[in-house]
Amino acid sequence: MKVEIKKEKEVKHHLSKWIREDRWPHIWCSGCGIGIAMSSMLYAFEELNLDPKEIAIVSGIGCSGRVAGYVKVDSYHTTHGRAIPFAIGLKIAKPNMKVIVFSGDGDLISIGGNHFIHAARRNFDLICICVNNFNYGMTGGQFGPTTPHEAITTTTPYGNFEYPFNLPYLAASAGATFVARWTVLHAYYLRQSIKKALKRKGFSFIEVISPCPTGFGRPNKIGEAIDEMKYYKEKSVIKNGVDPKEAELSFRGGNIIVGEFIEVDKPSYIEILKENLEKIKEV
Amino acid sequence: MKTKILAGTHYMLGDHACAEGAIAAGCRFFAGYPITPSTEIAEWIARRLPKFGGVYIQMEDELASMAAIIGASCGGIKSMTATSGPGMSLMMENIGLAVMLEVPCVIVNVQRGAPSTGLPTLVGQGDVMQAKWGSHGDYEIVAYAPNSCQEMFDLTVEAFNTAEKYRIPVIILADEAVGHLREKVVIPDEKEIKIVEREKPDVSPEEYLPYKGDGNLVPKMALAGEGYFVHMTGLTHDERGYPDITGEAHERLVRRLIDKIQKNKEKIIKYEEIETDDAEILLVSYGITARSSLKAVQILRKEGIKAGLFRLITIWPFPYERIEELSRKVSKIVVPEINSGQIRGEVLKAIKSNLPVVGVNKLGGDLITPYEIIEKVKEK
Repeated sequence: MKVEIKKEKEVKHHLSKWIREDRWPHIWCSGCGIGIAMSSMLYAFEELNLDPKEIAIVSGIGCSGRVAGYVKVDSYHTTHGRAIPFAIGLKIAKPNMKVIVFSGDGDLISIGGNHFIHAARRNFDLICICVNNFNYGMTGGQFGPTTPHEAITTTTPYGNFEYPFNLPYLAASAGATFVARWTVLHAYYLRQSIKKALKRKGFSFIEVISPCPTGFGRPNKIGEAIDEMKYYKEKSVIKNGVDPKEAELSFRGGNIIVGEFIEVDKPSYIEILKENLEKIKEV
Repeated sequence: MKTKILAGTHYMLGDHACAEGAIAAGCRFFAGYPITPSTEIAEWIARRLPKFGGVYIQMEDELASMAAIIGASCGGIKSMTATSGPGMSLMMENIGLAVMLEVPCVIVNVQRGAPSTGLPTLVGQGDVMQAKWGSHGDYEIVAYAPNSCQEMFDLTVEAFNTAEKYRIPVIILADEAVGHLREKVVIPDEKEIKIVEREKPDVSPEEYLPYKGDGNLVPKMALAGEGYFVHMTGLTHDERGYPDITGEAHERLVRRLIDKIQKNKEKIIKYEEIETDDAEILLVSYGITARSSLKAVQILRKEGIKAGLFRLITIWPFPYERIEELSRKVSKIVVPEINSGQIRGEVLKAIKSNLPVVGVNKLGGDLITPYEIIEKVKEK
């Protein structure tokens, strides 16, 4: 007797329409937090019922920069540090699209630091998601402008004697009109902040603290990614509306202040640009 | 009333003619950072472009300017930046990105004396090799060298068309003297100006391969927001645009990037020949220096010396074949240029004999006079 085995229907993840499945598997190490940051963004797209045609993602270089290649929207993987100015050109050409800059701390804040502060100053209409894992992951765990004081990296073998930036404080003081920080443990809150950013105009900055067990966790004896997540759980304090200057970020013993710190209503670059173009045409 | 380009006859600055040429070619986005002697391009654009609904943005630096014009072009807007040597150096990484992503755009370099900050207000032609080899890796580039205000207009239009046709960054390698020259410029009516647009995909998103270059090797370009969900990466990529860092993929991609220029070079290369038919002495020159060379030819001819001028209009790709042909008929080649001999090297590369190839080179930020050229022509 011939037994017919009913083939089970392939079960697809409900976010799969947002993914370039033919690019799977991704390149990230196990324990990396970038995937959580990315999926939080995809959940935000899904929950806002966005049309993929409305969205573009621009990345720079590095592990976080690879996000552009995995999401099934128009996506651009550009040069180190230049995701923001590329995105500025794209947004001016396509003002109705939601242009998201998704990159890492080294890319956006070190080599791209100048572009970052000027985009914030202009209140340029971008959603800037910065995965901060405190080091240059892809190139082998060197220190950068967010590496904590005294942390060990491959280029600070005796401990980092420099002091890091506080990114929300930097963004806010440069003029960003929406500033938030979450860890990847706070995936739900992160998703809500991304949704908020997607619905507003102007420069939105979201810092996402993420474990990098390979590049940062190991030399600093943080343990596995799960240990870092436990640390986030123990030490994170949600303080919405707090002055970003007071938003402490400690990786050894101190607190991690998370939340939505700044939300200001101010005309955005694209709005002012449109108004000005109208005025000039009349002259 | 619709704003119109300035059709008619004008007495115009070279930099302004370049800017107006960009507008006439359909440029609607300019990102730049002011630098002498290119600033008048930005100033003209800032005043004129918004009247056409276009956008001028003054970026925080040249790296940002170059990145921004690539981004805007991916959104479907014809884009340009203008700079001078030091700024050009800063743009180089992203010029490589434009080559790799195959994004049409135009970069104007109004050259000044260099290296480094050099001679900001004085002429130079020292960025010829930088235009070809400035970014890292193997690639081909198209660069035009205008020698008049009229050409600042005409070649800017042509640069946009070439950029769109081959999906490449195109360089206008002007110089301070042409940029700051004021002379007659005739701007044709809008409908007489030939405009080329990039080819768009004619297949569905499912069938579309963003980096498949068939026929003329130039892939069709889908823009952001059209539902093709393109992925563009500066990494070596396959026809889908996905990273593929194998040797085969790199060979295939980079070979095509080179071939799409090299195999079309007959259509791209432009030059002008004056009295070369019976010439015994050949002058090879470009940009502002070609005007001194032309005068030298006229004086030499009056004296009974059969001199002829080969003027490069495209510097890249370089017309090696034609120069080789001409070299067989002359006894000497003289190459005047305001640098230490960059094009002279290319001429040497072109010719197969031991023909003397003499440079007339000046580094002081000054023009080369016809008499300095004549002196070299007559030198035994």
